[in-house]
Amino acid sequence: MQLTNRSKQVSNKEMTLMERAYLPAIATGMAITLKHFFKKKVTIEYPEVKRYLGPVFRGRHILKRDAEGRERCTACGLCAVACPAEAISMIAAEREKGEEGLYREEKYAAVYEVNMLRCIFCGLCEEACPKQAVYLRHDEFIPVFDDRNQVIWGKDLLVEDMNNRYTREAWTKEEARLLDLKRANGESTNVVPRAIP
Amino acid sequence: MELTEFIIKTLTILVVFVLTLVIAMYSTWGERKVAGFIQDRMGPNRAGPGGLLQPLADAGKMFFKEDFIPALASKWLFIAGPSLAMLTALLASAVIPFGSTFRYNGVEVVLQGVESNIGILYVFGVVALGVYGIMIGGWASNNKFSLLGAIRAASQNISYEVAMGLSLIAILMMSSSLSLGEIVSQQHGGNWNIFYQPLGFIIFLTCSFAECNRVPFDLPECETELVGGYHTEYGSMKLGFYLFAEYINMFVSSAIISTLYFGGYNYPGMDWVYNQLTAAMGTTTGHNIATLIGTGVFFGKALFFIFFYMWVRWTLPRFRYDQLMNLGWKKLIPLAIINIIITGASVLFLKPYISSLLN
Repeated sequence: MQLTNRSKQVSNKEMTLMERAYLPAIATGMAITLKHFFKKKVTIEYPEVKRYLGPVFRGRHILKRDAEGRERCTACGLCAVACPAEAISMIAAEREKGEEGLYREEKYAAVYEVNMLRCIFCGLCEEACPKQAVYLRHDEFIPVFDDRNQVIWGKDLLVEDMNNRYTREAWTKEEARLLDLKRANGESTNVVPRAIP
Repeated sequence: MELTEFIIKTLTILVVFVLTLVIAMYSTWGERKVAGFIQDRMGPNRAGPGGLLQPLADAGKMFFKEDFIPALASKWLFIAGPSLAMLTALLASAVIPFGSTFRYNGVEVVLQGVESNIGILYVFGVVALGVYGIMIGGWASNNKFSLLGAIRAASQNISYEVAMGLSLIAILMMSSSLSLGEIVSQQHGGNWNIFYQPLGFIIFLTCSFAECNRVPFDLPECETELVGGYHTEYGSMKLGFYLFAEYINMFVSSAIISTLYFGGYNYPGMDWVYNQLTAAMGTTTGHNIATLIGTGVFFGKALFFIFFYMWVRWTLPRFRYDQLMNLGWKKLIPLAIINIIITGASVLFLKPYISSLLN
């Protein structure tokens, strides 16, 4: 049975003088390595150059706001229950009068913390959330910690900035490139949350 | 006059010494760059632009590591090994002619550490001493793997020195001189020895690979069989010296190959360049600039051969020990003897015949 067309029949015949001289074979090998010497390198120089990881990459967390800028989270705690690493903790609070522009529902998370050393970026919180409030961004990593008080991320880091909203428009590499261009030109981009039916 | 000559000689030797060290230092960087490029990688590029500060970082690391000596090692010889390797590696570059002459205030300075009429014998003597560094270090480690590596290094160097010497004899028969300066000046212009001694060149090149313990002949440090070979027990800068000595040996043998076979500082059209320069800038400045160009050409050739060493290293697999010995004794030595006979016959019969035809 032939699996590939690259297989070679092995033979035990006497080597010819040309083969025994060894030098032509060395020259062939050196030509191959020289060809690789001038080839374009496949290395992506990571911290400077970042490659697009696809729309389903699970990076840093974000707490979404709705179109009017109200926080979507109602502190139901389903994400914390779903979390296998027990990285999420929260303290719920009741919305006061006059805070309707800040919180979407009558209950909200006064404190919402993710321990980034515990988090395994599995995305179960995303799936558990009934309000489409928590997402793992596909375009940003958690930066490297150099101090222990950088480990637990509070609402100040997690809640979405309305001036720089997170969207997941780009589903292919080409779309991502176009989106980057659009953002670089300062054009506005649409918000299309992923899991809305 | 005596004093100025002494000062000039000291300066040339210092320059040669520093040049050798710098080139060996950047060969380590070059080796890793070449390895990376051949394997479709980038090589070191974090320390400084293009990774150019990498040798300094490596040296810093080596110096700050623990200077460890095994309890059962022979302490004095354990330190003597790398010192000797380094010493002999640095000695050899003294007689290599890096260029023709430099004129200053009517004094002609030869760009060569020591002008010796037995230059090539001196190089051979010093290179043969180089194996003592490895032998002593390997034995003093009191480790079976080190000892095996050292024995391999010794037997390999002895075997290949024979073929190397024999291939060299053909060159000596042609030039009838042992002085490296004389051998170079006989290859004036494009009249290089490689065109008369292609077989000798291949033998010499192969043997110099074996002498430098480079792939495909790096059996003394064959890590698949001998852990680390003769430097298994070494760490810190003592290991650094062994590795550094290898790079210095590489540079020296590249320089010797370009001197013996590729005309040293000679290049085709050098007379035309010389005449143009002396006509344009006078006999002193023009001469000096022509010398500088020649020196540049010499270093170009030497660096090409250093690159060639690395290129081969990342292409060929290591020989087996019996293959190494077979190649040395059964192939290279007979070939070298045949080469001597052919050269001798040509010098005796063909050369007078051709010159009589030409006249």
